[in-house]
Amino acid sequence: MIIIEEEPAGSGVDIPVRRITFTVNGVKKTAEVEPRLLLSHLIRRGLGLTGTHMGCDTTNCGACTVLVDGRPAKSCTMLAVQADGHEIGTVEGLATASELHPLQEGFKEEHGLQCGFCTPGMMLAAKALLDANPDPTEDEVRWALSGNLCRCTGYQNIVKSVLWAAAKLRSEGA
Amino acid sequence: MYPSRFRYEAPRSLAEAIGLLHDNGDDAKVLAGGQSLVPLMKLRFASPGLIVDINNLPGLDYHRTDPDGTLRIGALCRHAYLEHSDLLKTTQPTMAAAAPLIADPIVRNRGTLVGSLCHADPQGDWASVVLALGGSVVARGPGGMRAIPLGDFVTGPFQNVLAPDEIAVEAVIPAAQGTRAGGYLKLERRVGDFATVGVAVALEMSGETVTRAGIALTGVGGSTIAARAAGDALTGRPLTAESIGHAADLAAEAARPRTDHRGSAEYKRHMVRTFVTRLLRRAEPAAERAA
Amino acid sequence: MSQALDEIKIGGLGASRKRVEDNRFIRGKGNYTDDITLPGMLHMEILRSPLAHARIKSIDASKAWAIPGVHLVLTGEMMATSNLAWMPTLSYDTQAVLATDKVRFQGQEVACVIADDPYIAKDACEAIEVDYEPLPVIVNPEQAVAEGAPVIRDDKAGQESNVIFDWEVGDAAGTDRAFEQADVISRLKLHYPRSHPSPIECCGSIADFNRATSKLTVYMTTQAPHIIRAAVALVAELPEHMIRIISPDIGGGFGNKVPVYPGYVCSILASILLERPVKWIEDKSGNLISTGFARDIYLDGEMALRRDGKILGVRMRCDSDHGAFFSDAQPSKFKIGLLHSAFASYDIPVAHLTDRGTYSNKAPGGVAYRCSFRVTEAMFFQERMMQAAADDLGMDQAEFRRMNFVRDDQFPHRTPFGFLTDSGQYGKCLDVGLKAVDYEGFRREQAEARKNGRLLGIGISTMTEPLGAGNSREYDILGIKMFDSAELKVHMTGKAIVRTGARGQGQGHETTWAQIVSHELGIPAEDVVVEEGDTDTAPFGMGTYASRSTPVAGAAVAMVSRKIRAKARKLAAHLLEVSEEDVEWELGRFYVRSAPDRGVTIQECAMAAYSNMPDGMEPGLENTAYYDPPNLTWPFAVYIVTVEVDPETGVWDVLKLVAVDDCGVRINPMIVEGQIMGGLTEAYAMANMQFITFDADGNCVGSNYMDYLLPTAWETPGFELHSEVVTPCPHHPIGAKGIGECAAVGGPAAYVNAVMDALSGTGVRNIDMPLLPDRVWEAITYHRDVSGAPPVRSDD
Repeated sequence: MIIIEEEPAGSGVDIPVRRITFTVNGVKKTAEVEPRLLLSHLIRRGLGLTGTHMGCDTTNCGACTVLVDGRPAKSCTMLAVQADGHEIGTVEGLATASELHPLQEGFKEEHGLQCGFCTPGMMLAAKALLDANPDPTEDEVRWALSGNLCRCTGYQNIVKSVLWAAAKLRSEGA
Repeated sequence: MYPSRFRYEAPRSLAEAIGLLHDNGDDAKVLAGGQSLVPLMKLRFASPGLIVDINNLPGLDYHRTDPDGTLRIGALCRHAYLEHSDLLKTTQPTMAAAAPLIADPIVRNRGTLVGSLCHADPQGDWASVVLALGGSVVARGPGGMRAIPLGDFVTGPFQNVLAPDEIAVEAVIPAAQGTRAGGYLKLERRVGDFATVGVAVALEMSGETVTRAGIALTGVGGSTIAARAAGDALTGRPLTAESIGHAADLAAEAARPRTDHRGSAEYKRHMVRTFVTRLLRRAEPAAERAA
Repeated sequence: MSQALDEIKIGGLGASRKRVEDNRFIRGKGNYTDDITLPGMLHMEILRSPLAHARIKSIDASKAWAIPGVHLVLTGEMMATSNLAWMPTLSYDTQAVLATDKVRFQGQEVACVIADDPYIAKDACEAIEVDYEPLPVIVNPEQAVAEGAPVIRDDKAGQESNVIFDWEVGDAAGTDRAFEQADVISRLKLHYPRSHPSPIECCGSIADFNRATSKLTVYMTTQAPHIIRAAVALVAELPEHMIRIISPDIGGGFGNKVPVYPGYVCSILASILLERPVKWIEDKSGNLISTGFARDIYLDGEMALRRDGKILGVRMRCDSDHGAFFSDAQPSKFKIGLLHSAFASYDIPVAHLTDRGTYSNKAPGGVAYRCSFRVTEAMFFQERMMQAAADDLGMDQAEFRRMNFVRDDQFPHRTPFGFLTDSGQYGKCLDVGLKAVDYEGFRREQAEARKNGRLLGIGISTMTEPLGAGNSREYDILGIKMFDSAELKVHMTGKAIVRTGARGQGQGHETTWAQIVSHELGIPAEDVVVEEGDTDTAPFGMGTYASRSTPVAGAAVAMVSRKIRAKARKLAAHLLEVSEEDVEWELGRFYVRSAPDRGVTIQECAMAAYSNMPDGMEPGLENTAYYDPPNLTWPFAVYIVTVEVDPETGVWDVLKLVAVDDCGVRINPMIVEGQIMGGLTEAYAMANMQFITFDADGNCVGSNYMDYLLPTAWETPGFELHSEVVTPCPHHPIGAKGIGECAAVGGPAAYVNAVMDALSGTGVRNIDMPLLPDRVWEAITYHRDVSGAPPVRSDD
């Protein structure tokens, strides 16, 4: 269904947009975006995936962390047009239809979250760590998460959550 | 948090990229990692009319050593590749020490060494490393290719000598004549902080003799500082407690720090001296024992 | 034989029940304010002042209006025509919504734009031209009262200086006499720097005025939705029943989301004018530079001591810097919050405290950030003065504290400033802490290390925190008493819903309130759903801050559950066909005393409330309780930190941290520990790296995350938590005390005292927080105290 606006917003001005094609959590998407649109805004507003959060304006907090071709990136510091041809993974893609990802289970088991705002970014950064290093030490976990800020937990339980997930993934893989 | 409007092109070849820059002059900026440029644009400290995104250019994400020992780092080589590089860990101690200290682990997935050199932030870490190693930036433009030593490449804070239609395609670290030693120390208050003070020490040793010494300083001047006198004072002799102390003093003298919320100028100078001393002592355990 | 349920199994008190909230957060299905989209919604951005103090000569918004997609540009002048350019604050002052005559701090709101999307709104903000005439700037209390200082609040009739108030409490004459008797007088001056709660989520609102129904709905990041409703009714002059405030999921509060910010007011006015929803989400720079900061208070403290270590009296002279508007969110009777809770941990006969509050060219605030109304300052001053006094006496830090503690048998105890503390086992907490850290062993290790030039240090901090504001005799905000509430509805199948007047931001209320109901009624916690935050449905409450929820709202949950149980008892008697006196209760079940096998479950009683009531009984099993606490609760803690300081660089690292918290009965031990660890981390941040300062021109240093430093997982130390000491609150229905802020209150001094201890022998008495490497190095090298008070030093 298409609604014809009587007075389209911003009438009279032709703002160039670019057509991009990308996948999000395995699903192919096409969008027409202004070059200046940030990737985080494409994800949150364009796609309605609000699990990726925005917490700062200087690329420090990491609440906006997503996976780009499997590697964590701060989506607030990428342009949406840069997603063209790439695979984006967000927190909504962690669980399958029937099962939570062990990281999600681990964060719940070990009280790795309080307000929940940093949690999606933390889990995705942790996922990339565990993909590369299935048996990390506590130091390696802290190092891998040092680009994600948390204000509530003091990190100790976040580390325990990731180690819980690592143990579960190892036992499932065994 | 919202950049102003701009046009965007994502060329697929270097020639295309250079052509776009040539046609748009000062109004165009190259986007590689974007971890410095995009934040500036979000705060509207930078508002280029055209962004030329070079992330689709093939074959630029390498870092490799030529048969003659020259290290080449492509324009799209991410900090993370360097952080996890066995090549660097085994052959480039100064670089290997610095790589984990760039920004934070997520930023390191996108940001590039070459981009960092072009950005020319006085608090950028790679510039000190490359300066200490005597490295250069290779630029390509419509007229061809040229290699620019880093000391000539940066002319001031956030200013480099690239022509508007030139792209930096590679950083080059010349082959060592002797055995490499050295490291990078950074005083940061937390991961991701800019350096209050950073020191890169890059030595080449022949037996116990220092055949080449490069020392460069981050965050203690309007741009990265090459502590040439300090390096010269070490060259041609073994490292001793005395020569180390003398070099540290010279390096501290070369620093031009400002007193600000990160500390007094005196403190920063002292930290230069401290870091130079620690790095040199590590390079020569005998000197450390004697100290 | 008891057929009672296992309380831990059903998720009652003491169960480390996994959190209900997590189910949505781990899936990325939280519902934070910025996640919400309403049909027709517009977006608002704020233009902020670049200058700290300047007259506004003109504002030209014509270019902004001309940008396609812009619907409205608001300036102070326009707001003034609706009498909305200024609004009342929670401390009976006024605060500019949008600047009219002057800007009074860097970052102050000057104009706002409402447009189709925030990118366009930002473009339009950039196109607004403001002509400023700079004025001299004030960045600390000394400048504020200096000869010839400009009057910042020249908008207030009768305001001829920058002094806001002079406040005092205690016994001046008695304290003077104590000092005359002293063998030793210990003095300490320091500055507790300005800091900011900085939850990761910024503040924001979506105001939605519906012309058809005349109802205003505002989704808002607020820790106190009912207070907001009252404030909006007052400020916007809308009828209270036509205002609905909805506080959705909040990404951290820590006090930052209590005040009423200009952005909220502008979004509300814009929605009313445009008859469309208006969303305002600030950015982190706006949040740090303009919203409710914390602390910024100077202490000149003295302690009168007997030679054997007994404290005879304490004198505290304070100066507090409140920024450009006095908008502290605190109980109205106390100008400087509960600063006078200082020294509640110790048995001190007499004390006197004064505080002078002044204006400055900085953002307004002062009370925020996990502080329970300035108890962070009170306890920091307490423990830093204790540290200095022990040093002056040449006494051991632990023994000096122990000999002055309020003893177990002294409760209830009246502090020198008039608080009545009611319970605690202070000595035992100290014992547990010293043993866990191996105090004796560490002192030996410290001495050995010193011979090799290594600086180790150990720091002790204790705190008694007044939590659970508060009883109606003494506590109110804008005249509204600080009770709280809970409404409980038990459905016919024995499931239930409880709503309270609190509003959690990560503390786990959806999990813990159900545990209280479970404890009182034996209904499994998973059968109880908890809701908070919607003023149309939640009973009236004063919100969640100052660790007041467990003490007050939690108590209300217990009380309403007991009302339900009392009615259920009548239903049970009816079902069992005995009189009420013959009915006994065990968890989840009523039974006949003389025939215990004959019983009915609480669920059967619930069904009966709808289908089988005794004659004359009102049907249903629902009730509400409003709880006016008789007193505050008084948790106590001992925090001990060991550090190593690198004398060459000034960098210090935490070796070990031991926390002994006595917060009475713990509803959910897992959640309590999470709160403590969060507080210890914020304490670490304050002690190590985090602060806001200003240069001589009033430029704010620390207005973004590049300069305002939060520790990452890499820097943050690990914590060893102890829960052995449990002194139940004598007046709380379930014996619980507050806990959320304790570690933020008591933690900073532990870190600072540890570094000071490492430096003992250098003659350094104080380094202001944060103990940045350059400050520590300067102290060690020059054997002098280091201040961090603004203006920040520079070469110029």
